[in-house]
Formats: sequence, C-alpha cells, structure tokens
Amino acid sequence: MAVHEITKQFSLKEALKTFGLPRIIIVLFLITLWVVSMSLEIPFPQLLSDTLVRWGMNGVLVLAMVPSIMAGTGLYFGLPVGIICGLIGGLLAIELNLVGFTAFFAAILFSIPLAMIAGWGYGWMMNRLKGSEMTVATYIGFSIVSLMCIFWAMAPFKSPEMAWPIGRGLRVTISLASRYDKILNDFLSFRIFGIYIPTGLLIFFLGMCLLVKFFFTTKVGIALKASGENPRFSQASGVHVDSMRIIGNIFSTVLGAIGILVYSQSFGFLQLYTAPLFMGFLAAASILIGGASIKKASILHVLLGTFLFQGLLVVSLPVANKVATLGSLAEISRIIVSNGVILYALAQKSGD
Amino acid sequence: MQKVERTNSKGGLDRDKVKRFLVNNIVTILFLVLCLVGLRLSGLSLAFYLNDIVSRIARNTFLVLALIIPVLAGMGLNFAIVLGAMAGQSAIIFITHWGIAGMNGIMLSVLICTPVALLLGYLTGKLLDRARGKEMITSLILGYFANGVYQLIFLILVGTVIPMNNEVLVLSSGVGLRSSIDLSGGLRYAIDDVIRVTFPVFVLYLSIGFILFSGYFLYKAIKNKDSRKKKKYIAFIVLGVLGFVWALITSLSISAVNMVRVPLLTMLIIAALCLFTHFFFKTKMGQDLRTVGQDPHIAEVSGINVSRRKIQAIMISTLLAAWGQIIFLQNLGAFSTYGSHEQVGMFAAAAILIGGASVSKATIGHALLGTVLFHTLFIVSPLAGRNLFGDAQIGEYFRSFVAYGVIAVALGLHAWKKLMQHKNKQV
Repeated sequence: MAVHEITKQFSLKEALKTFGLPRIIIVLFLITLWVVSMSLEIPFPQLLSDTLVRWGMNGVLVLAMVPSIMAGTGLYFGLPVGIICGLIGGLLAIELNLVGFTAFFAAILFSIPLAMIAGWGYGWMMNRLKGSEMTVATYIGFSIVSLMCIFWAMAPFKSPEMAWPIGRGLRVTISLASRYDKILNDFLSFRIFGIYIPTGLLIFFLGMCLLVKFFFTTKVGIALKASGENPRFSQASGVHVDSMRIIGNIFSTVLGAIGILVYSQSFGFLQLYTAPLFMGFLAAASILIGGASIKKASILHVLLGTFLFQGLLVVSLPVANKVATLGSLAEISRIIVSNGVILYALAQKSGD
Repeated sequence: MQKVERTNSKGGLDRDKVKRFLVNNIVTILFLVLCLVGLRLSGLSLAFYLNDIVSRIARNTFLVLALIIPVLAGMGLNFAIVLGAMAGQSAIIFITHWGIAGMNGIMLSVLICTPVALLLGYLTGKLLDRARGKEMITSLILGYFANGVYQLIFLILVGTVIPMNNEVLVLSSGVGLRSSIDLSGGLRYAIDDVIRVTFPVFVLYLSIGFILFSGYFLYKAIKNKDSRKKKKYIAFIVLGVLGFVWALITSLSISAVNMVRVPLLTMLIIAALCLFTHFFFKTKMGQDLRTVGQDPHIAEVSGINVSRRKIQAIMISTLLAAWGQIIFLQNLGAFSTYGSHEQVGMFAAAAILIGGASVSKATIGHALLGTVLFHTLFIVSPLAGRNLFGDAQIGEYFRSFVAYGVIAVALGLHAWKKLMQHKNKQV
C-alpha cells in the first residue's frame, strides 16, 4: 500500500518536474490575468492581437539563445553585441536613403557580415573563458554597449532623420515611420474575429525557427549539438569542439542582429545608446520560461516561452491600470518575473 | 616558463620578475596611467580633487570592503551586496519618515537594518550555495530580482498595504514613494559631521597610526628574524615619517589643501572594519572560510560544514553592505529612491578589481587602492571628456564603459589563467 502511494507521489513529482515549477506558476498567472481582464471588460481580441505582435517581434531575439545554449556556452548574455550589429545595419540602410522592404533586407544584409565578425571574436573569447562564460559575457555585453554609446555620440552619420539638428551624434531613438515601420507586421495582415494577425511577421519568425531547426539537422549542426552535450566525447570522436562553439556564437550573434531589426520594424523606432543593455536578460528569461535550461534548448521552448512571457507583459499593463492605476506595476512584474526565472534556472543543481 | 628561467642569466631573472609583476598587475597599472592622464586633462586643482576624493573614499570604502570575505571563501564577487544596501536604505527611509535626526537616527537605522540584512544574507547564501560554480552570475541576477521586489514594496505597497502618511516622502496620489529623498535636516552628515579635521591634520594622524602599526610589525619581524619583512616595515616607517613631515609643513602654510575637511569618525569606522577583516581571518571561522575557498573538497573532508560557512560569509558581507549603505547615504545627503542602490554591487566590484583583486584573491589593500583609483576616474572623466571632446556626456559613457570593461577584463583574465593552469596540469 505504502509502495503504491510512494510511486504515485513520485510520478506526480516527476511530472511537475518535467514541466517545471516556474512554468506552472506563469501559466496559472497568465490564465488568472486573462480571466481578470475579461471581468474588467478589457477587450480580449485586442490583448491577443498585441500578444501575437509581440510574440513575433521578440521571437527572433529569443531564438538567438538557442545556438549558444546548444553549443555549450550557456545563455547568450552577449546578445547586446548582436543587437548593436543589427542597429548599425539599420542605420546604414537609412543613411543610404532606402525605403520599404529594400531597406529592411538591406539592413539585414549589412548587419550579417558585421555580426559574423563580432560573433567570431565573441566565440573566440568564450573559448578562453570556459566555465565562467555567462558572467564574463554579461560584462562584455555591458561594456560594449557603453563603448557604443561613445560611438553613437560621435558617429558621422549625416541623414537628418538620425543626427541631432545641432551638434553631432545620433538621436536616442530614430523613427522608422518613413522607412520600414511595421513592414513585416502589415504584410498580408488581416483581422479575424477582431484579432489582428501580423502575417508577414509571423511568417518571418517561423521561417527563422525552421532555418535554425534545419541547421541542427545538417552535419555541422549535429556536431555542434554533440559538442555542447558532451565536449570530451565529441573531441575524442574527431569534432573540433572549440570551432563548434565559435560557430554557435556566430549563429547566435547573427540571429541577434536580425532579431533587433525585426523588433525595431514592429516597434517603429531604432533604439540606440543604453537601450540594448538588458535585452539579453529578457530574451534569456523568455526561453527559460519556455522550459529551456542553461544546457538545453529547443525551438519549442522559444515559441512557448516567448508567447507566455509576452502574453503576461501584454495583459498585466491594462489589468494593473484598471485595478489600481499604477502604471509601474507592469514594469515591476516584468523585472520580478524575468529575473526570477533566470535565478530559478541557475539554482538548478544538476544544471538541467 | 621554466625554459626561460633556465636560459636567462641573473639579470634575465630580474627582468622576468618585472614582467610577471606587470602581467599580474596590468589592470591596476593601466588604471593608474588612465587616472593620471585624466587628472592632467581635467585641469582640476589639487585641493578640489582632494576634497572630492576624500568624500568619495569616506562614502564608498565600507561597501567595497564588504566584498572581501566572500572572495576569500571562494564565492567570487558578491554582486548581491545590493540586497544589503537595500536593507540599509529601507531603514533610512523609515527613519526619515519618523523624523529621527542625527546620531540617534543612525543608531536606530543600524538596529533596524541588521536583522533584515542577516535574513537577506541567509537567503542569498542559501541560493548561492545551490548555484555552486555560477555564484557570480546568480548574485548579479539576484540583485536585479531584488530590485524588482524593492520597487514593488516602495512603489506599490507603501500607501496601500504599508501605511505611510507623509506628504514629503509619498507621492501626491498617496501610493508609492517619491523618486528622490532628501536627508538634509535629518540624517545628512550625521556621522561625517561628528568630527571633521583638515586634510593635513588627517594625514598627520594617519602617519602617526601608520608608524605605530609598522613599528609593531617591525618589532615582530625582528623577533622572528624575518629580514624581508623587516625591510618592508622600515620602508613603511620612512613613508610614515615623510607623510608626517609633509602634513606638518602644509598645515602651517596657507595652502588651499587646508580647506579640505576630512570626516574623521567615518574614516575611523572604515579603519575599524579594516582591522576587523584583518583579524577575522585569524579566527576559527576565518580560517575555515579560507580553507573552503582554497579547496572545498579538502575542507569537507577535514570536517568543515562548507555550505554553512559559505552562507555565513554571505551573511557577513550582506550585513556590512547594509551598514555601508547607511554611511554612503548620510554622506550623499539626498538620494534617488529607486536608483542609488542599484549599482552598488557593480561599482564596488569594479573598484576592488581595479585595486588588483581577482575572483579568488582580495585584500584590504586592493579595496583601498581600488576605491581611490576608481573614484578618481569618476571625478575626472566628465571634465576630461568636456575638455577633450567638448562633451561631458562622452566622459560619462567612457566612465561606465571602463567600469563594465574592467570587470569583464579582470574576470576574463582570471578565467583564462585558470584554464591555462588546468591545461598545464593535464599536460
């Protein structure tokens, strides 16, 4: 009798463990907030529309976590490095006076080589920091963001949309209204039951996901995965682990660069200066909410995690406003949830 | 390395020594150069600079010293001292609300923040012990997380759950604290203003203390027949005497340096903490912590409860940070409610690393030197930026670049060295 009970308890515990405590809390929280929002007569289709938009908007940035985690370099806290490469691409497209899809894809095209170089350097560094990648990466990201602040403040761009009218340097936020604002969002977009579907954005995001998935079925992708899972074994079977780690980081950096451009076109602005500072943490939190760990991540984790996290952010603002007219509550819950999730992942004894 | 030593002559060995010294202290040396260049470019007068740096040293050193114990316990830089700082800051907020001024206010805030800091330290220690090998990143994220909780308390719960009727502190909506809190007429300078002496007089006291201490250690070195230490302490005494003479001459002259006033009690508190840290490592607990830091396995085998000791180290560090924040805020006089504790961990870490500490080694000397150098950069970089680029903002960016960069470089170098050692061992 006792044995039976124990096994039953055990399996329940196992099931909880595989789904993960933070995910359970967040799913319950999200559902509660949705119910509350309905009872407060906040239009639900609007909430779902916003969630979909932000899902696609942040998705590629979260996707950038995957190659790095798979290659065994942990959460990609160097995301600001990729973001900066993307921003430079975006600025170049404006400086060349491009508009529409040309501008968007030109921006991606400009940023990819930059991101590859930066990612290579970053990966090279990570190979020299085995064991403390995440801590150092965080500070490398921070210091590059502040170094770039100096660059933005002195950059020789001429376009009046970007430069301050007097003095020199770039504006803090650069409007994309006349360039490629919402170009992906509005591509083939439609409304169904009052829900806005940003078709182009979702196609792009899912396309990127498929691309990553496809990459992990190629020979290089499999080798990369293996070297992340078991570096000693892979080295012994002839995989050059260090190169694989570099490839993983290059891939992450490129995705980060593309990710910020997707984000910016939806947001409508390029955000310079200190804006990229904490984006790495938010992306890391998203993928962890989806069920990834610092050693294991999949596309499903990206899709699920981004949806849950963004859904939570979208619904918490109007609910907080209606309940107590406290605008800051949404921001505070974002800080607590995102960092709480990262902490939970770090405190897992086995690491996965 | 061995090859080099064998092929080189005696002079070569010396050169090797110099090279090793340079490599090991590269961060500090680079910083020293940077500070000197910055000082030159900023065009500051000595008296102005001294005035600023003295007040910054009094303000920040205590917080930097709070990092030492966890480093020696092998837990790396405890970025989670932010939690301690929050405890101290919360206590100050309540004391200000109650309107208790001066030394009484300080005493009461110390009394209030101590149990809170110990509890937070205990929880932090538990968490960091779980995240072994990832302590630093965990403590960093924990700081951000705690900041969210802090905002929840003081922005949302104050006025709704925690009753606080105070027009000066609370926002006009009745919920949440205003974004800045003024301590003038309350706790401002409550410790600093107890005794203030002019800078030369301070140096006078300092050099007397220095001579006495060096004398004591010299006596011990002579007794132990340690000629290397003997030389070192004789040099220290000479230094002390030189300082004494300079201070005496300056205090009698009409130099502007005489206008710089040093908060003596604050400095004494810092000195007391230095002494405490020094003697702490001679106690049983301190020795245990050192063993844990050097090799947790050996520590475990020799009967030390590693987890418990690590938690204690973090508790002490958190408590010191709480007190440190009280010293920091009373000197500042007015502070940003939601911002002034945020970067405490990062700035303290940057300071101690600049002083020459690493993830596994930190001394009182590193903390003191680092504080002086880091804050010199703080003072000069906006001015140097304005003079060099016509824009003070660029100096500010440069400053945060350096703070972040120094941590990245110092941590990176350490990780790299460890990896190399590991590889060499395997070969």
